[in-house]
Parts: sequence; C-alpha cells; structure tokens
Amino acid sequence: MRPAVGALLRKELRLELRAPQAVPAMALFSVTTIVVFHFALQRSEVEGALASGVLWVTLLFAAMLGISRLFVADHEEGGLDGFLLAPVDRTALLVAKAVSLFAFLGVVELIAVPAFALMLLGPAPDAAALAQLLVVLALADAGVALVGTLVGALAVQTRARDLLVPLLALPLLMPVIIAAAKGSTPLLAAGGDDVALRWLAILGLYDLVFGLLAYAVFDFLVED
Amino acid sequence: MLYGTRLRALSLVTAVTLTAGFGLAFFYAPMDADQGFMQKIFYVHVPLAIVALCGFVFGGVMAIQHLRTRDARYDLRSYVAIHLSLVLGAGVLVTGSIWAKASWGHWWVWDEPTLVSFLVVFLLYATYQPLRFSIEDPERQARYASVFAVVAGAFVPLNFLAVRLAQSYTHPRVFATADGGLPAKMQLPFYLCLVGMGALYVTLWKYEMTSKHTSAQLRSLRRKLAGDDAVAPHGRSAAPSLGTSP
Repeated sequence: MRPAVGALLRKELRLELRAPQAVPAMALFSVTTIVVFHFALQRSEVEGALASGVLWVTLLFAAMLGISRLFVADHEEGGLDGFLLAPVDRTALLVAKAVSLFAFLGVVELIAVPAFALMLLGPAPDAAALAQLLVVLALADAGVALVGTLVGALAVQTRARDLLVPLLALPLLMPVIIAAAKGSTPLLAAGGDDVALRWLAILGLYDLVFGLLAYAVFDFLVED
Repeated sequence: MLYGTRLRALSLVTAVTLTAGFGLAFFYAPMDADQGFMQKIFYVHVPLAIVALCGFVFGGVMAIQHLRTRDARYDLRSYVAIHLSLVLGAGVLVTGSIWAKASWGHWWVWDEPTLVSFLVVFLLYATYQPLRFSIEDPERQARYASVFAVVAGAFVPLNFLAVRLAQSYTHPRVFATADGGLPAKMQLPFYLCLVGMGALYVTLWKYEMTSKHTSAQLRSLRRKLAGDDAVAPHGRSAAPSLGTSP
C-alpha cells in the first residue's frame, strides 16, 4: 500500500504546488476572518476563552473550504476513475487524502496562528504555551483531516456539495471544537496554566475512533 | 417479509402501556419536592430521548447490515428508523426546553450536558434527509446514507462524552443516574413510560414499513398488469425505493 499512498501524496502536493488553490484560499480566508472578528467583537485584543474561541472558529471555517475542495479535482478530471482502475487498496486514497489535508491545515496554521497572535491576541504566549498549543493543533488537525476526508468523499458525489460539507462536518467536529477550545484557553491567557490532560485525551480518543471508522467505511464511498 | 403481522396487538399493547405509564406518573408517583407538577414532563421527555437515541443506533446497525449484504430492505429499515427518531428528537428538544423554562427559568440552558449533546446529535441527523435527496442514483444514495448512518451512530456516544466533560460540574443534576437519584415510587411509572415509548416507536416503525412495502408491492403489481408505461416512474426522492423487485 505504501507506494500507492506515496504516489497519491506526490500527486496532491504537485497539484497544489503547480496551481495553488486550497491553501492560499484557506490562509486568506482565515486572515480575513480575524479582521471580521475584530470588527464584529469590537475589540482590538482578546485573551483566554474568547481568544481560544476566535482562533478555533477561524481555523475550523477555513478547514471547511479545504474539505469541500478536497475531492473536487479528482471527481471532475477523472482522477477517481483512474484510481479505481489501479490495482491498489482503496484505503490508500483515504490515507493520502487525510495526510495531504493534514499538511494543508498545518501550512494554513503556520500563517493563521502568527497572524492571530500579531493582530488580535493580547498576551504573548511563552515557549511552553506555544509548544502545548502545537500539540493541541496537531491532535485537532488529525481529527479534522480524518472527518474532512470522509465528509469530502461523501459530499463530492452529491448535487449540493458545498452546502452539505459544513452541515455534515460541523456537528461531527463538535467534540474536537469542545476539547480544542477548552484545551487552548489557558494557553492563550496571561499567566495561564498548562493544558489539562483530559482535553488531549478526548482529542486522541476522537482521532482514534474516527480513524478506525474512516478505515472501515471509506471503501464504500469510492466504489464506482 | 410481512411487517403487518401482529400490528393490531402491538398497537393495543402500546396504547395500554403508555396510558398506564402516564396514569401512574400523574396519580401514583409523588410530586417532586422542588419542581412540583412541572416535573411530570420528565415521564415524557426522558423516555422520548432514550428511545430516539436507541432509534439512531438501530438505524446505524441496520446500515451496517445494508453495507454488508447490499440488501435494499436494510436501507429502508435504517431510513425509517432514523426518520422516526428525528421526529421524536424534535419532541425531545421541545419538551426539554419547556422543562428548562419551568425549572431553571430559561428556555435554553447550556449547562445541561445531556440536552446540549442531544441538540448536536439532532443537528447532525437533520442532514440525513438533505444528503439522501442530493444523490440521484438510488444505489449510491442507499450506500452513502448507510455510511452516514454508521458514522453518525458511532458519533453519538463520543459526543455525549465530550459534552459531559466540557461542563464545569457546578450545575446540580436532577437525576444523577438511573438508580441513583430516582425514588422507588417514581421508578415504576418511569420504566413503564419508557417501555410504552419504546413500544410506540416499534409500532410506528412497523406501520411505516408496512406502508412502504405495500405501496412498493402495489406499484409492481400495477406494472405487471398494465405494463411499464402505466406506472409513472419515481421522482427524485429522499426515501429509498424498493424498486421493481417483487
């Protein structure tokens, strides 16, 4: 399975490098959303729970853009048909898509999180808080990538593709939002505590459950 | 398979159990010390919620069967179960809201984890019908709907865990656990109401299945008698059609 995953991953990255589409849109969208939050909340600085909420709403909505684009090119240009003709396990597509979505989210966060810290965040987080935020981000991104791959594959074959993605993905991602927002609240507060272990545990459990679930049902989504 | 068998007996059992349960709830169960008469809504709200959640899980199990066997009947069972649970779910949210207004003074409270989890689950399942409706090919519609039902069924317990953990535990829980907070004289009416609500769900499910089967059979009989042209083809629909199979 490994060569197939590698080939699919190279294809995803090459597509995105040659004609950047999803990542710049997501990054631009997240920076715009931060500006929107500045005006909508009428604050020039946020911290603690409010900062955590703003950050996670921004990242989640940016992720929705990436999810709804994830399978569109394959669907329209016949990439899925080509993949189905190849004698490889279909799980390879799941792994490759989830890893590439994870990578895209990581790149977007490289832009969005510093932008958020510069533009809106009140207290500057120290190195320890930053490291813990990275762990929360990585665990949450894994969950978003897995659910996003499932929802993207589900929605791409429907008529109302762009309508269905947020409707399906947002409720499914609610546990991720709860744990990530609660977990990063003390990290974004002045002199806050460490992240509570139970939020990391919930994120890890969520990733595990949806990883297994995606592995179990993904084959049925790419059949014909 | 005939879904109509023993439907009359089942309807009678449902009516008797529910009436007895509600009768006991009103005349036998003691008044709640804090909430008074308003607490009686507990005997409707909680059984509704439990039955609706079980219906979602049942829909997920039927969806697994559908994915394994590719039998369209399982898809119909899953569809009817989820559809019915959604209707009950709307009832849960309304009764829960009324109860919250009566006992806490607000129509909606965010620190009641069970109610909030239920809302998230309801919002998720509310996309089941739009998802089905936006896929035209019936076979693919059934397959994708089953995948959705499996994923959503597994999501239910995870969501309850996460929402429960997100609470700060400052809010007193009225009924801590099934056997923890409930006095003995409330238990009997409650369990009777629960059984009655479950029977109501099964009865409605069987009625709906019978109706769908009968109309499918009617279509195929008409087609046999009058030819294919006499029966108008199905329009685009969210409901699974059993097709032309007899």
